[in-house]
Amino acid sequence: MKAAAQEKFAFNKENEEVFQETLKKYPTKMAVLLPALWLCQKQNGHLTDEILEYVAGRLDLSPVHVYSVVEFYTMYHRRPPGKYHLQLCRTLSCTLCGCEELREHLAKRLGIAPGEKTRDGLFSLEEVECLGSCGTAPVMRVNEVYCENLNLEKVDKIIEMCKADKPLEEEPMGAH
Amino acid sequence: MSPRIISINFDKPDAHKLSVYEASGGYGSLQKLFTMPPDEVIEHVKNSGLRGRGGAGFSAGMKWSFVPKDTDKPKYLCVNADEGEPGTFKDRKILQLDPHMMIEGVIICCYAVGIHTAYVYVRGEYVKPARRLQAAIDEAYAKGYLGKNIQGTGFDLDVVIHMGAGAYICGEETGLIESLEGKKGQPRAKPPYPAVIGVFGCPTVVNNVETLSALPFIMNEGWQAYAKLGTEKSTGTMLFSISGSVERPGVYEGEFGVNLWDFIERSTGGVRGGRKLKAVIPGGSSSSILTADEARSTYLDYESIAAAGSMVGSGAIMVLSEEDCVVKALEVVARFYAHESCGQCPQCREGTYFISQIARRIENGEGSMEDIEKILDTCPLLMGVTVCVLADSIAMPAKSYIEKFREEFDQHVKEKHCPYRSAERKSAVL
Repeated sequence: MKAAAQEKFAFNKENEEVFQETLKKYPTKMAVLLPALWLCQKQNGHLTDEILEYVAGRLDLSPVHVYSVVEFYTMYHRRPPGKYHLQLCRTLSCTLCGCEELREHLAKRLGIAPGEKTRDGLFSLEEVECLGSCGTAPVMRVNEVYCENLNLEKVDKIIEMCKADKPLEEEPMGAH
Repeated sequence: MSPRIISINFDKPDAHKLSVYEASGGYGSLQKLFTMPPDEVIEHVKNSGLRGRGGAGFSAGMKWSFVPKDTDKPKYLCVNADEGEPGTFKDRKILQLDPHMMIEGVIICCYAVGIHTAYVYVRGEYVKPARRLQAAIDEAYAKGYLGKNIQGTGFDLDVVIHMGAGAYICGEETGLIESLEGKKGQPRAKPPYPAVIGVFGCPTVVNNVETLSALPFIMNEGWQAYAKLGTEKSTGTMLFSISGSVERPGVYEGEFGVNLWDFIERSTGGVRGGRKLKAVIPGGSSSSILTADEARSTYLDYESIAAAGSMVGSGAIMVLSEEDCVVKALEVVARFYAHESCGQCPQCREGTYFISQIARRIENGEGSMEDIEKILDTCPLLMGVTVCVLADSIAMPAKSYIEKFREEFDQHVKEKHCPYRSAERKSAVL
């Protein structure tokens, strides 16, 4: 029923242009797989089976190749994430700077465990490995935005900002 | 005060813009570059002693010289901006604060090796740094530093950003190549090395962002000026990412050969909150741990750190204070490698998971003395037996954590809890 009600996936005009331009930059079609998947995720928010078959078709790849590649990487969403996807770093520097406390706080405040999404679809929580921002630990990515030097108050403020649909800004990067 | 080469523009406002970069002499090395025969450039970089800053520390000029000269195939440069070794955050700084210095380095490398296409593989999370880099690339094209017939020399070069999608192993050079080709980032058996058969079956140089950023200085000031810095075998400077329990964590450029703890203390103001130093992890989470005494008596260069039983790696220094738990550190680091194992070699796939499960058990107060021995028995089974060094990257640190801080592991077992966890967190399920 669901499939019948939905239109078939295809790149929109803008993304089709990007896709065509990207093809010119590589000697093989297969090399365009990761960029094409990013483009699909940008357009649709997550990657359905139908999208993976579509990408396979556009790049002359076997669907099973596309499936195995998608599963290998952590940043492709096979299910819709929350509107705000919270990616809390859990690796060593962030642990030394208190990320576990933040995780407990977030889980309690949002009522979800890592890997889950709030019922209203606003937040999903994921624990991730080193985000490459250890000098400003603890750190969390909210969608594409790095939120650094976190503490409980800052985390609460971020949640409030998201709830109010206000944009998050990265702190200016210091010289060190 | 250490000389600054890579980070010299980091505190200049708008240093990421071409006009600012040019005003401080940026792209000035190209004039000299294009008058030199490519082979001479390679010799120049070899003589400078510059070593790869991604972790392996191999001579950059030597790596370039392995690319065959008499090939009909196109050659490629892959810039490794898949910064992922826990504790490392210096390439993010370069990409965001001074991308043109790296682009200038890319031009130098490509001219020397005869490359006309460079792919910059940026980790998927670095969206903002990638945007900065793309803006810089666009500026460089517009000004004739990239594209066809660069500066009227007849030399062509295209630079393409390729975004990763979340996989530590793509920082390993053959994992990166596989990923760039549109596959799972599973490392290849070597030989053949990428210099001979790399991306798309063609000769390929894979260089780290920071390695390339050192090239404009080497071209401008001469290899002698670079080789004069540091020690005989560890020449020049390196960006050290210092994090953990220090007052002012950050990226600090240091000249090789200085005292390790002295450098950390001078740069960051020492251990956070005036606590006592317990340990230093000097080269990313895959390096062996050093005790406080070792950190105080070791010098910061490839040979000295190796002599102390660890490695410079990616220059990611992590500091543990007297209040930090080494068992917890092992649990977290082992979990990382178990999560990031690509799964193709059984020893790595099973071994990383095995160690992480046992470390977790011990940290949670549910381990036995036998468990500690199990980790020690497992470590040698993971070393030197797999396609890449990911398995070694947990075996080496795990062994060192236990051997150097055995009493902490014993204490966890005997007291059946982590003595470093605060009272209210002792009962928390982590």
